[in-house]
Amino acid sequence: MTVHIPSALQSYTAQQREIEVTAATVAEALSELNRRYPGFRFRIVTEQDTVRPHMRIFVNETQTFQLNASIQQEDHVYIVCALSGG
Amino acid sequence: MPSSVTATSGAVTLLVGTRKGAFLLRSDGSRRTWRLSAPIFLGHIVHHVVSDPRDRRTILMAASTGHLGPTIFRSTDAGKTWTEATTPPAFPKVPDGEKGRSVGHIFWLTPCHANEPNSWYAGTSPQGLFRSDDGGLTWTPFSYINIDPQYIEWMGTVQDGTPDGPKLHSIIVDPRNPKHLYFGMSGGGVHESTDGGKTFKTLIQGLDVVEGFDRSTPTMHDPHCIRMCPGYPDRLYQQNHCGIYRIDRPSNEWVRIGRNMPKKVGDIGFPMVVHPRHADIAWVFPMDGGTVWPRVSPDGKPAAYVTKNAGKSWSRQDKGFPRSNAWWTVKRQAMTGDAHDPAGLYIGTTQGEVWASRNEGAAWTCIARHLPEIYSVEAALLGR
Repeated sequence: MTVHIPSALQSYTAQQREIEVTAATVAEALSELNRRYPGFRFRIVTEQDTVRPHMRIFVNETQTFQLNASIQQEDHVYIVCALSGG
Repeated sequence: MPSSVTATSGAVTLLVGTRKGAFLLRSDGSRRTWRLSAPIFLGHIVHHVVSDPRDRRTILMAASTGHLGPTIFRSTDAGKTWTEATTPPAFPKVPDGEKGRSVGHIFWLTPCHANEPNSWYAGTSPQGLFRSDDGGLTWTPFSYINIDPQYIEWMGTVQDGTPDGPKLHSIIVDPRNPKHLYFGMSGGGVHESTDGGKTFKTLIQGLDVVEGFDRSTPTMHDPHCIRMCPGYPDRLYQQNHCGIYRIDRPSNEWVRIGRNMPKKVGDIGFPMVVHPRHADIAWVFPMDGGTVWPRVSPDGKPAAYVTKNAGKSWSRQDKGFPRSNAWWTVKRQAMTGDAHDPAGLYIGTTQGEVWASRNEGAAWTCIARHLPEIYSVEAALLGR
């Protein structure tokens, strides 16, 4: 699937805005991105495996807070910096 | 009081952490002219930038952003290039269904003892204590306090801490003994270990708390800034939510020396600085802590206050500062000094100005303005 990277995290991905990964869950996709770009995951997900307060993850058009949410190879995963009041 | 600390000389670099990134301010050898760097990690919330006096090249930076989680950036070339910690401070993962803690931001950085090169301590919000033994690349929880039920209770909740979250700060290492440690928690009191963190005990005797609360309960204590005198490590000073204090070990009782401040200024504030060699000399930067806690300079007239007799009396030092209508103050980590003779003093303001004194506070000059809100200022002697 394609993971869409917000501008705040593109310093990790050599400014790439879209990354192709193979994964069965959101958690696996984030782990793969963290393997390629060390430190990437912890900026989004806490040590308790919860999505950070001002970050959001969408699978296609559906928001999810479940890292074990299933994803298909044709899906798009969007990592979004929330519009936190400004 | 005799001191074994020798005076330094040469160019000083100020490491400035702000709400919108970090900056380096480099002086000439006389500390008369200063050159401001470009912003470093512009937009990042930088709570603390600290150099390593053991190699004079390594700098660690505690950073986060409005959206992204906390991390630590590390430079090993005096700030030219930076790399990110591979394992930033993080609490242990708890089993599914249990409520665990997550580091919101890293607030405080302290190099470990001179005999422990590449080792650092970090304090966080929510309150936690962490250590790195590889120069800041990987961090692990330090000691038992992060998971100890008694400490968790003393740390309180978000509502018990400062507006930006409770903070573990003022991590101090005794230069004579790497196992002798202090730290402060806002709120949660002052704590001391003499066995390298295997055990800690409270050090809150003599400290006042907000009227009506129980001073025997560590949760009620709010140390703002604790400093150990480099030339006399048995003496510590403290700016607390409830006054200014001194303790001379082995005594376990803090003495409120802020009672000797002018009544209309009071003894509330956040930062405290001690002289690099003379343990009787210390500075504070008072803040209006009345009514609703405006957190500005009292009456809009900023000034440092110095004691030269361990707190028996205080003198106002405001030469060079605005005479009125200056509604800023200085945060906990935003006042520091160098070890020159005479010692330099430096403050960073909530309105983005850096002020310097080359003569121990006798006169102040603004050396940078229009920066973002300043969270921390540390003075360093960086190698070339």
